[in-house]
Amino acid sequence: MSRHDDPRPRRSCGPTGGSVERDVEFTTVSGLSIDRLYTRDDLGAGWNDAERLGEPGEFPFTRGIHPTMYRGRLWTMRQFAGFGTASATNRRFRYLLEQGQTGLSTAFDLPTLMGRDSDDDLARGEVGREGVAIDTLADMELLFERIPLDRVSTSMTINAPAAALFAMYLAVAERQGVAFAKLSGTLQNDILKEYIAQKEWIYPPRPSLRIITDLMAYAAEHVPRWNTISISGYHIREAGSTAVQELAFTLADGLAYVQAGIDAGLDVDVFARRLSFFFNSHNDFFEEIAKLRAARRMWAHFMRDRFAARDPRSWMLRFHTQTAGCSLTAQQPYNNIVRVTIQALAGVLGGTQSLHTDSFDEALALPSDDAVTIALRTQQILAEESGVVNTVDPLGGSYFVEALTDRIEREALEYIRRIDEMGGMVAAIERGFPQKEIADASYRYQREVDDGRKTIVGVNRYRATSESRPELLRIGPETEREQRSRLHEVKTSRDDAAVQSTLDRLARAGSSGANLLPPMLDAVRAYATVGEISRALVPVFGRYQETSVL
Amino acid sequence: MSEPRRLRLLVGKVGLDGHDRGVKIVARAFRDAGFEVIYTGLHQSPEVVVETAIQEDVDAISLSILSGAHNYLFPRVLELLRERGASDVVVFGGGIIPEEDIPGLCAAGVLQIFTPGSSTTEIVTWVRDHVRPRAID
Repeated sequence: MSRHDDPRPRRSCGPTGGSVERDVEFTTVSGLSIDRLYTRDDLGAGWNDAERLGEPGEFPFTRGIHPTMYRGRLWTMRQFAGFGTASATNRRFRYLLEQGQTGLSTAFDLPTLMGRDSDDDLARGEVGREGVAIDTLADMELLFERIPLDRVSTSMTINAPAAALFAMYLAVAERQGVAFAKLSGTLQNDILKEYIAQKEWIYPPRPSLRIITDLMAYAAEHVPRWNTISISGYHIREAGSTAVQELAFTLADGLAYVQAGIDAGLDVDVFARRLSFFFNSHNDFFEEIAKLRAARRMWAHFMRDRFAARDPRSWMLRFHTQTAGCSLTAQQPYNNIVRVTIQALAGVLGGTQSLHTDSFDEALALPSDDAVTIALRTQQILAEESGVVNTVDPLGGSYFVEALTDRIEREALEYIRRIDEMGGMVAAIERGFPQKEIADASYRYQREVDDGRKTIVGVNRYRATSESRPELLRIGPETEREQRSRLHEVKTSRDDAAVQSTLDRLARAGSSGANLLPPMLDAVRAYATVGEISRALVPVFGRYQETSVL
Repeated sequence: MSEPRRLRLLVGKVGLDGHDRGVKIVARAFRDAGFEVIYTGLHQSPEVVVETAIQEDVDAISLSILSGAHNYLFPRVLELLRERGASDVVVFGGGIIPEEDIPGLCAAGVLQIFTPGSSTTEIVTWVRDHVRPRAID
């Protein structure tokens, strides 16, 4: 509480004319209480610019990782896309590139995310629905047909079977005659947040970390421009966490990956600069900006002070931002365009390197072409009309923003201290700690919405009696039939003995501890399926079973 | 006459969908409302859900589906319940389900679908009004 906090409510007799506050809770969307006014005093006595902020492009990077920020280069406008078959997504990709998008981002369907094939029993009804279905290299070839892989950067949102999909991407590059060293892009490959939030897994945490360190080692040597992990708070937030939890759990995941890399004998300065982050941007404008600024400062300190990284590039937290899908409403869906604009602006003022803006119809279905275009135009308006790109970190030095940045950092550090005490993030996950914290926060928030303490326009206030409905993208059952028959064709035309021998070699690498990438690459070249590759390692690694935390 | 027993509800996720924020909120709200809740956990097949429902003698099955696979998964659960002679188990649910799909799901035997924006109070009230303890021999 600061001296500017007045007791509330004061609405009865007292003075009027600007000194009476409304009887509402002044809190962020995550529940942090906010004072009426912030001044120099809120920063504390020892607060100094050099230590807390530094120059843009310099430690601790609070003001941004580049000295010129968007005056040098705009953020990458990267819309996440994927649905139906590989050829349908390929058409969407080429459409987005023609519209001025500068990078690709691939959404895979649930069976692919779980390392299962389109003909798997559990895949019934799910093929091609939430993303594109990829079973074999044949699908990956179609997905990137007529897209020169040396000239686009591609992000792939894939985790449990990330190594197999990465191997497929490399094999497509090989067929296009593009050297691995010329490829750039990002694998999400963040398995820890799967156990915490997104829940698409195959193996238990510890062997999964081994796959990740193998991938980091392989990419450092052969695909040096590839970002091997995108450490993701996005899904943690979508699962209902607060902003502080998103920040804390994401950085704690990052610390676990760096430690795993070091424990595997890798040089921190070789792999750390290929780590990137992925944050959510929700409705609470200043809370999001403060979170992103705190994230940079915290990571810089961890990398330099805890892991003794020497290369400044290892200290820099680079990140992608996506606006908050969970904030979108099915009611009055056009209001979502406004929400997305506010959230995107927060991401930009927070210093993001790339941005996905959600489409307004995403609480109803996968986005239509029109909705995707408005989302992309929103970024283009921010970049080219709003003027916010003209100067670096325009909010730096604001008493409120700096005080909030400090507070979010403090609270996130307290979480990380508790996780360290438990023995790090893997141990914390095994005892259900982040899962429970998120479930509690999400339930609390829902209660606040249900009893009207938090407003969602169009849902618990300002409801409309009749609403216009946008045209939605529909994915019919024919996608699943088509994909299954494609898979059947591939399976009947490939050399099964060759597939089997590559899978055997993969399983042997699993037991011997040899790097898994080379045998995986051979398996995808032989048209082994994602499911076959994933199953080949189950006898060695086991399958993950969640203990549900309610 | 004895006191009516507490409602027993199976709350579950079917298919590969990992979005469990909503289902956990609903499960907690049911528990806070005094219902007995059996939560299946993630990634269950319709067969496992129906088997669990029968083993646990539940009065209703509440499914959360955000993956778009609702048109396959809901009817499949209802079909399995019929095959097992348990079609008196009420089936309802929620998720990202386009309005135009709802009549088809209702025709298949789903009693209610809650779409995004539904409050827990609304869902709990609906259960109180529409689910009765089943007669179990």
